[in-house]
Amino acid sequence: MDKKLFTCFFSLVALVVSLPVFASEGEGLEHANVNIRDTAAIQRGAQTFVNYCLSCHAASYMRYNRLAEDLGLSEEMVMENLVFADAKIGDTMTVAMSAKDAAAWLGKAPPDLSLVSRSRGADWLYTYLLTFYQDPNGGWNNVTFPNASMPNVLWPLQGIQKPVYATHDGHEVVDHLTLGKPGLESPEEFEDTVRDLVTFLEYLGEPSEVKRKNTGVWVLLYLALFALVSYALKAEYWRDVH
Amino acid sequence: MAKPASSVAKRANALWNWIDSRLPVSAFWNATMTGYYAPKNFNFWYYMGSLALLVLVIQILSGIFLAMHYKPSAELAFASVEYIMRDVDWGWFIRYLHSTGASFFFIVVYLHMFRSLLYGSHRAPRELVWIFGMLIYLALMAEAFMGYVLPWGQMSYWGAQVIINLFGAIPSIGEPLTEWIRGDFFISDATLNRFFALHVIAIPLALLGLVLMHLVALRENGSNNPDGIEIKANKDENGIPLDGVAFHPYYTVKDIFGVSMFLLLFAFILFFWPEGGGMFLEPDNFVPADPLVTPLHIKPVWYFTPYYAILKAVPDKLMGVILMGCSVLAPFFLPWLDRSPVKSIRYKGLWYKIMLGVFAIAFIRLGMLGMSEGTPAQTIEMRIWTFVYFSFFILLFFLSPRGKTKPVPERLTH
Repeated sequence: MDKKLFTCFFSLVALVVSLPVFASEGEGLEHANVNIRDTAAIQRGAQTFVNYCLSCHAASYMRYNRLAEDLGLSEEMVMENLVFADAKIGDTMTVAMSAKDAAAWLGKAPPDLSLVSRSRGADWLYTYLLTFYQDPNGGWNNVTFPNASMPNVLWPLQGIQKPVYATHDGHEVVDHLTLGKPGLESPEEFEDTVRDLVTFLEYLGEPSEVKRKNTGVWVLLYLALFALVSYALKAEYWRDVH
Repeated sequence: MAKPASSVAKRANALWNWIDSRLPVSAFWNATMTGYYAPKNFNFWYYMGSLALLVLVIQILSGIFLAMHYKPSAELAFASVEYIMRDVDWGWFIRYLHSTGASFFFIVVYLHMFRSLLYGSHRAPRELVWIFGMLIYLALMAEAFMGYVLPWGQMSYWGAQVIINLFGAIPSIGEPLTEWIRGDFFISDATLNRFFALHVIAIPLALLGLVLMHLVALRENGSNNPDGIEIKANKDENGIPLDGVAFHPYYTVKDIFGVSMFLLLFAFILFFWPEGGGMFLEPDNFVPADPLVTPLHIKPVWYFTPYYAILKAVPDKLMGVILMGCSVLAPFFLPWLDRSPVKSIRYKGLWYKIMLGVFAIAFIRLGMLGMSEGTPAQTIEMRIWTFVYFSFFILLFFLSPRGKTKPVPERLTH
């Protein structure tokens, strides 16, 4: 009798939980499809990061030697290829520009990117980096983050995108972007570059993620075994209870 | 070879007798474990008590290790949490143990409380068990709220801002009261530092004391059971309840199995889904607290959202705070609101099954709406479910003495 009651109850709960409350988040975002185990992609992303991002954005919780350890690189390779500032191998990835100067030059100090993948999500970052365009009113603009103060630092690779406007509910909105001037990379190559960069940012958000998941498999296997043994023990003791 | 071994055993036994004649170890063990008889028909819901105790231990242990590396200062707090996540050996594990543990504490406690509503565990003579349980729940809410402030992310900061400002709605003493709580005119280093002290010392001490009282009161009358009848009414010639089994070893081995199943789920979340889809660790809290930038959408963590929805359902701030306070306190009165002659849902009529089902759905739905952005349509829905939530308590008082019941068996069924 209880069983019927609880089945009834839980199916009702399931029904309620499935009722909508949230405007489906991540609407209109491209899928980044990052693979956190792709060390080569993280290495390429790290290269792009230090070349294009690190001059303004710090990753001040990330140490260079941790990068070497996790990406399977020697400390010499990291010092040669990834460290441009006069930083030591045990230092964190900071920028030379002071926050005050940055605010004066760019309007707002560029945020630290250590945790940006955890607050924004990989899909948002991927879409954001692909949707810069040249604003007819001057300067750069972005479809995903309108009026962002960041310029499109990757434009030499991507080229320059131009907006095509459409009227939507009486407002003029960007309908889609076209490539006005090609860059060094084809659109497909550029998408891969951005995907690698986002994979690096994903790694940067939680360097222990791969270790966490690898450990988790063993923990679950152990606990499954423990559950079997403890069930057998329980069954043995309870055999004589009726 | 046999001789020395037996002499070691003899000495160990002598030592044990020396201790036991000075400290009532075996008397206590016998009274609370081997000589304590519990109903033999406990089902799924009865695992939650021991699991709540397990989570409490997990929180205390992981908390001790977090406190070794955490810095309770507005300047350093956020960075120290990232230091734990990146530079401390197994720091990410300690931190996820604690953050996942917080959410699982509430999952387990909510199921534990719901069990009482199913089988009438809060009814006489166990009212004090329920009262102590509710006090534990209140302490847990305070503990969780203050703990959530410590990482000093955006949602820590602005969540605390919203919740503390609620006290400002109280006429005349409201403003000074909020300043007294914060120790400043706004949420600041002083607030963080005192919340740390309360989170790691004051409230855990209160929690441990209340848990002890909860268990002492429980042992006095023994556990209720899914049939809602007293097993002490039927005893054998030795005075042992016929439908009882010794808590140890029967329920200790059963609870170990419960622990193993719980840990499987717990470890799965911890190792593969620690953010819980933004419910256990919110995306906004990975941004350092910034008093100058208000997040678009401030909301408390999931376990508070049912009450938050009740607050938001009321247009007037003071009335909203009062109603929210009532919604948290209302369950305290349940032992006296339910006046049905039977305790268990098994022997109550359809009226109770429907009422309890609707109440549970109202609570869950309020929780979901409390996380929403609060569009006009959602606000109307919040009002409807708030009405349903309170109706449960009022209707229970008037319907329970009249509601249909079935004959209660003499002995436990299944």
